[in-house]
Order: sequence, then structure tokens, then C-alpha cells
Amino acid sequence: MSGTSLPPLIVATAFIGCILPALLARFGRGMAALGAAGVMAVCLALLAPLAPAVLAGETLVTAYAWLPGYGLDLSFRLDGLGLLFCLLILGIGLLVVLYAYYYLPESDRLGRFYSFLLLFMAAMLGVVLSENLLLLVVFWEITSLSSFLLIAYKRELHESRIAARMALAATGGGGLALLAGVLLLGHIAGSFELTAVLAEGERIRGHSLYAPMLILVLLGAFTKSAQFPFHFWLPNAMAAPTPVSAYLHSATMVKAGVFLLARLHPALAGSDLWFWLVSGTGATTLVYAAYMAFHRYDFKGLLAYSTISHLGLITLLFGLNTPLSVVAGVFHIINHAIFKASLFMAAGIVDHECGTRDMRRVNGLFKFMPITATLAIVAAGSMAGVPLLNGFLSKEMFFTETVDYPVFEEMRWLMPLFATIAGILAVAYSSRFIHDVFFNGDPVDLPRQPHEPPRWMRAPVEVLVVLCLLVGIFPQWSVAPLLGAAAGATLQAPLPAFELAVWHGFNLPFVMSLVALAGGITLYALRQPLFAFHDRLPFIHSRSAFERFYEGLRVLARGIVNRLDNGSLQRYLALFIAFVLSLGGWAWLSGPPALAATAYQPADAAAFAALATLVVGALGATLLHRRRLTAIVFASVVGLVVALAFVRFSAPDLALTQLAVEVVTIVLLLLALHYLPQTRPAEDSGLRLTRDAALAVAAGAGLGAASFAMMGAPFETISGFYLAQSLPGGGGSNVVNVILVDFRGFDTLGEITVLAMVGLAAHSLLDRLVLAAPGHDSDGRPWARERHPLFLSMLMRPLLPLALAVSVFILLRGHNLPGGGFVAGLVTGVALILQYLASGIDFAQPRLPRHKAQLLALGLLLAGGTGAASWLFDRPFLTSAHGHVALPLIGEIELASAMVFDLGVYIVVVTVVLMVLAQLGRLSREQETVA
Amino acid sequence: MEAVVAIAIGVLTACGVFLILRARTFPVVLGLTLLSYAVNLFLFASGRLVLDAPPLVRAGAAYTDPLPQALVLTAIVIGFGMTAYLLMLALRALAESGDDHVDGREKS
Repeated sequence: MSGTSLPPLIVATAFIGCILPALLARFGRGMAALGAAGVMAVCLALLAPLAPAVLAGETLVTAYAWLPGYGLDLSFRLDGLGLLFCLLILGIGLLVVLYAYYYLPESDRLGRFYSFLLLFMAAMLGVVLSENLLLLVVFWEITSLSSFLLIAYKRELHESRIAARMALAATGGGGLALLAGVLLLGHIAGSFELTAVLAEGERIRGHSLYAPMLILVLLGAFTKSAQFPFHFWLPNAMAAPTPVSAYLHSATMVKAGVFLLARLHPALAGSDLWFWLVSGTGATTLVYAAYMAFHRYDFKGLLAYSTISHLGLITLLFGLNTPLSVVAGVFHIINHAIFKASLFMAAGIVDHECGTRDMRRVNGLFKFMPITATLAIVAAGSMAGVPLLNGFLSKEMFFTETVDYPVFEEMRWLMPLFATIAGILAVAYSSRFIHDVFFNGDPVDLPRQPHEPPRWMRAPVEVLVVLCLLVGIFPQWSVAPLLGAAAGATLQAPLPAFELAVWHGFNLPFVMSLVALAGGITLYALRQPLFAFHDRLPFIHSRSAFERFYEGLRVLARGIVNRLDNGSLQRYLALFIAFVLSLGGWAWLSGPPALAATAYQPADAAAFAALATLVVGALGATLLHRRRLTAIVFASVVGLVVALAFVRFSAPDLALTQLAVEVVTIVLLLLALHYLPQTRPAEDSGLRLTRDAALAVAAGAGLGAASFAMMGAPFETISGFYLAQSLPGGGGSNVVNVILVDFRGFDTLGEITVLAMVGLAAHSLLDRLVLAAPGHDSDGRPWARERHPLFLSMLMRPLLPLALAVSVFILLRGHNLPGGGFVAGLVTGVALILQYLASGIDFAQPRLPRHKAQLLALGLLLAGGTGAASWLFDRPFLTSAHGHVALPLIGEIELASAMVFDLGVYIVVVTVVLMVLAQLGRLSREQETVA
Repeated sequence: MEAVVAIAIGVLTACGVFLILRARTFPVVLGLTLLSYAVNLFLFASGRLVLDAPPLVRAGAAYTDPLPQALVLTAIVIGFGMTAYLLMLALRALAESGDDHVDGREKS
């Protein structure tokens, strides 16, 4: 296997593997966890052989054609940025699997949890490994959907469901904007492949559609990364179990947004618009969320807002348009993932051990859990930007970038000032997290007595904290190669010179760090008056605002629907028909069609006679519809005239089908009428009758005029291909049949599937239903006691083999002469119904196949299997093969594989007719036994 | 000839529309049957009315357009499926509500 086919294999492994935990959960929680970890480990193992080449700067692209006509291919790409994200997704994923095993209660079998987690992970891997932008959007949507499942994991809690819905509304809505943006981007760049798009940056930024496209793409990225003002879903998503938060809000879900900014950086960045939108949003989010984080009482909420703030920081860096700021942004993605995952996990341990997350009650835990406390303090120090920890390095790079930023000549102090304020706030909320939770007196009224967690629950936190230190102290040795490859892939250009070192000398950025540390601690010391001030501010409560909005939308929608549809079908249909009429009238007024471009043919006496019969039939059925039996007789006349019309106008296949359908339909109507009331008194008011008659006449006049105009319009057909290819390509001379079973075989497969559903519906709707049939007709005369006249039943039995022979004949010749599976199936159906009618259900039922549903499946499988068989010969679905076969006595006949398909059609049609009629007949039989 | 077919389509449509606006299940089914005749004829007419030219390939023959015919053949069979389904629904509704009103209840 060549190296480049591994990236798609990684994604496929993850998607297929996500059912594994659900299957293994029956063998215990441990097996479910092992299954999940195993899938991730296999993905990592598949990634390993590619790492050296990617770290050396290579980009591996693999493409399989999918829908090339739409520019949508299954193409995958692994470069430095993708490798970095894969490592974060899989590495932190493994730790989360271990952590969740201890975090979730013993009663949880974990199969559902790990399967959702893997599904989400698979989608994330898809996002970061996509080469095709449309494919990326597909995976992006799957992350939104699967994160909905994860956030709503505690589905019995109202709060979880609201939070999940909110996250889905925000990220799913953003996903739609992203789809529109990507379609525009592909249109501008002329391709959806990243390699091509990234090389077209110059042209993309100069295009007139650049601004709307950029805004749409950014909407997708900002909603996913919870940027202000779309940040509201993230703090509420804390309703999810902590392992989910640790995964979604450190390394994965929210990072997808900034990943997109990094991925498309060479194509989109560099313009003033990009700078203002991206860094403006980032800066606002950075400071606003840091302020909010400082004022939380719930420590998980504090971490949630700090996540938003750090995402703002990364967004701001990507917005600055300098190569070094991109390096800093990528570096901060790594650092934030590491320290925030460990912090969430530590917070989860505290929550797990104390039973509450309120910092007014959770205090002084250091003496109860010293090891966990130490780990959390180190991680929080990294979040604050304390030297010797990884967070310090990227924050220092951020400060340097703001100092050196070349824009705003006269206001050079503005960006550093902003950055310092954000730094002060970050130190303040980190101090609060450390001091409130682990020191600050004693716990207040905790539900549980806190102590250290199980050994292995703490292990993931330990691993991550060690990474914080390693990166913080030995950056050049630990992270530099990966960072270099990722930043290089992001920029798609030679890397700028940068130095990862703990000590850069006593310069302005270092002073800013010192100011931030001192200012943050001071701010925390002054917290009481600040909190009092904050509590008086009028803040919008995002959850209730969202719920009000959601409720309002629902009430509005229901109001509109109720005005149109008050539960009365008559009213609804009348509105519908009136609406269609007004559309048609409008089209007519805006430009009546040019009539009689071709000459009309003269009508003969036969045509007039047929028309008169048809009009009498239709009007009779309509006017006498309350005398129902009479109405059926009139309607059947119409069907026969229509069949004759098909004969006249060169459509023998249609005539045959119409005739057969007519018989079955009439029998069906008669059977149903047996149970329905036979007559009805007039009950509609004169006004309603007038209204309906007006609508009916208008509709009839409209469609009649339209068809008259259509038949006079110039005629161009696309059927030349079918006529020319029918014999050489499809192996049949009946073009209509060849179209049905070969050229448009896929449509026919869909059609018989619909028919099969009708058959199944017969079973589910009428099974065990008992209806009282009246004992006499509408005029009070009793039905004949002799239900199955001897004459009829004796005549019908020899007729059956004859009818079957005819239908086989029709089926076989259908490919070349009028006939085919539909007609043959209906003829067989009619022959069998006659047995029911003549001899009764007790005679017919035992003589027919019992397992009709299986027969339906057989027919569908035969038709579908014929299609799939062409795959074996490396042809597209439903490719037909044909050839000549010489049979003794009969001679040479032409056989086509499409005839097997037609056999499937035949079986489905026969079975459906039987299922429907047998069910209707059965109703009466139970009636007999009851009576 | 075209006018004859157009009138037939118009009459069938008018009768079908009037019937589906009735309040009982049976005329609605009947109306849909008439309406599907009209729609099938309309679809068929889009291939124009051609005499004595069935789309069966043989030497030296003229052919009418086979594509609308294939469409209509499908439509006829689907129409049968729909009629069957509606009738079963009507029977089920009759059993559930004891009445054949389309809204499942007597008009208030």
C-alpha cells in the first residue's frame, strides 16, 4: 500500500470504528473503553509512517473521484497543519477515553458515549485531512451533529437538551454560511481542491465577490470557535459531561474554527477587510470573554469563558497578516489544547469529588487533594502565562507581535495596551481559579467529602501537565519541528525566522508580561468591589434569550400554519388550488404563449365519439358521486377511453398498462366500497358548491388551455439518443421498455421500491383491522347468499394457467414488443384476483405463497442485484449486458440482463397487487366468521 | 385532434378538482383517479400526438417520442399504488373514527 492512501484510510478507520464500542459494551465498560482506545491507536499507527515526510515539509494528497462533475472528490491532504491537528485529536482523544472511564458513573455502560465520541473524532479527522473544500464542509457538518449528541449526552436533563440545541443552532447555522462561502470560493478560484485554491490567493482577494465570500466563510469559523457575538453556546455546552468538555473545548470542536482560519490563510488573508474582521472580532472576544471569565462563580464556567478568550487570542493573531503572528497563532493552538484539556479534566475531578462547581463553596481543597491541586495550579499558571510554562511562550510571542505591528503609525500604543489588559484579566481569572478552589479557607457545606481521585483518573492530567513543562522549558527540543511544519503548511511559504526560547532578554514584551502578572494579582485582590459592580450591570442572559427567541419562532410558525391549515382538508386543498391557479394566471398574463407554431391535425369522428364518451363518464362520476357504485361504473368508462387514446396515439405499452391497472383499480374500489357507506346525502352548502365548481372550472380551463398551447409549440425532443441506442446499446427494440429497464433503470428501481412500500403499508394499516360490512345494498336489498357462484369458479380455474401463460409471454417479449414487467405483473395479478373473486379467500389463500413480504424483498433484490452485478464487471450501476442465445425449437432469441431486472419488477408488482387485495379481502372473511 | 385531447384533459381536471374538494374519502379517491388520468394525458401530450408510429425499432419506420411514454407508464403504476394506499388509509380512518369524513370527524 502506498503511503499516500493512508490519510483516507485513517478517516475510514475512525468512521467504521465508531460502532465498535457500542458492540463491545455488552462485554463490560472496560471493553468499550478498550475498543475506543484501540480505534484511536490504530489511527495513530497509520499516521506514524507518514510523520517523517510531513515534518520535512511534504504535502501528501490522495484523490478518488466521487462526483467530479460537481467538483466534489474524495480527496485528502496531509500536511504539517493536518498532522498537528491529527496528533491533538488522537492524543487528547486517548487521554479523554481513559479519563471518561473513571469519570462517568459505574451504571453507564459507556457504549453510547464512546461511539458518539469516536464519531465526533472521525468527523474532526475528516475536517483536518480534507483536500476538497466541499468534503471539508461535509465533515464540518458531521462535527456539528455529533457534538449535538455529545453535549446532550445526559439526555434526561432539560438543561443538556437546551444546551445541545443551542450549540447545534449556532454551529449548524454557521455551517450553512460556510457552505455558501465555500461555494463562492470555489467559483472564484475555479476549483474546490485546496492545492489550487491556496495558490490563487492574489486572484481571490481581487475578485468582486471576495467580501461576501469572506464574510460567509468567517461566519462558519466564528460560530464554531465561539467568537463574539456567537460565543453564547459554549458556556451553556458545559452541561455536557466533563470529558466531552475537555475534548470539545480544548483540542477539537472549537479549534475547527481557528483551523479553518489557518487552512485558508494563504487564500483569504492579507487584505484590510480580513484584518478588520478577523483581528477585530478576535480582540473583542479576547477581552470580553476574559472579563466574563473573571466573574463566574462556577469554575467550569470560568474555564469555558477563558476558552472563548483564548480562541479570541488565536483569531486575533491570524488576523494580523504577518507571518510571525501566524506562527504564534499555531503555537498557541498547541499550548491552549494542552493546558485547557488538563484544566478541564482537573476541574472534572474536583466536581466529581465535591459534587458542586460553585467557587463560593468549593474552597481550600489543597489539603484534601494535594497532587491534583498541584497539577491544576501548574496548568492554570500556563493559562495565565507564567514563565517556564508553555502558555508563557506563545503569550510572549503575542505581545511581541502587537508591539511590532506595522499598522497604526500614530496609535502604536493601542495594540500593546489592549494585549496587556487581556493579559491582566487572564492572570486575574487564573488566580481566581487557583486561589478560590484550592485555598481561600475551608470548603462550605460540600455534598461529599473530597479526596484524591483514583490513580488512573489523574494520569491524563499528569501527562498533559508534563507536556506543559516540557514545551515550556525545552521548546526548541520538544515542539519546534512540529510547529515549524504546521506553520509552514499554514503559510504555504518559507517560514520567517523565529526563535523559541524561554529568555529573550529584558524587552518591552517581557515588561508587558510582568505588568500583566502584577496587574492580574492586584485585580484579583480587589475582586469584592468588582464583583459587586459587575452584579449591577445589565447583562443579557444568553440561555433565556435564546429560549425566548426559539419559543417566539415556534409560536410565529405555528400561527402562520394555523391560519392556512385549520385542520380541514377541504379548506387547505381549496387554498392550494387557488394558489396554483393564481400562479398560472400570473404566468399567463405576463406573456401568453405563441400558439400554433406547428399545424394542428384534423379530428375525425372517432375522436369526437371518444371525447363524448369520456365527458359523459367524467361528468357522470362527478355528478353522481354520492351514488357511489354508479360513480365507479362511470369512472371505469373514462379509464377505458384513455386506454383507447393511447392505442390511437402510438403508445401500445401505455394502453396495455392502463387497461390492466384499470381492472385492478376498479376491483380495489369495489372492495373498499363494500365497507364504506354506499351512499351519502348532500351535505355541502350551495356557497361551497359554487366555490368548488368555480375552482374546478378554472383549473380545467387552465390545464386544457395549457395543453393546447403546449401541443402547438415547436417540438424538440431529446429522445434521438434513446431511439438510436435502444437496439445496439440496450439490446431491445421496444424503446419504452428499454428506457424503463435500462437507460432509466435507476428510476424504475426507485418506483418499484415505492410500490413495495405500498404493499408493506397494506400489511401495517389493515392488519388485524375488522370492519363491519353491511348485509344489504343501498336500496335495502340483501346481498346474494351464494357468494361464489359455481359457474364463475368452474370457469376461472382453467383460465388461470392460460392467463399465466399470457403474462409470461408478455414479460418475455416486453424487451422487443409491447409488454414488460409492469404489464405482465398486472395481468398475473388480475388472474389471481379472479380466483379470489370466483372461489373465495378460503380457496385462494392457502394456494398462494404465504410469505409475501419475503417475495417483495426477492423482487427488489433481483432488480437491485442485476444493477449491482455490473459492478463486478467494473461498470457503473445498472449497466446492461445482452447477447444472442440459440434455443432448440424456438430459435435464436436475444437475451439482455435487463430482462432479469424486469423479472424483479414483475415479482414486485404481482406481490403488491396480491398483498393489497388479500388484506382487503381478509377484512370480509373475519366479518363472516364474526357473523 | 389536439383540441379534442385538450378538452378531454380540461374536463378530467375540472371533475377531478371538484371531487377532491368533497368532504368524504370516497369522492376524494375518485377525484384523484380522474386527476391522474388528466395529468397522464398531459404528460403524454408533451410528446405530441402522432398516429401509427409506435416506438418499436424496425426498418424504415417513423417513431413517436418514447420518453414521455416511459414517464407516463411509470406514472400510471405509481398512480395505482397511490390509489391503493389512499383506499387503505380511508378504511383505516373509517375503523378508527367510525366515519368517512376527510378530517376524521363530522363537520361541526
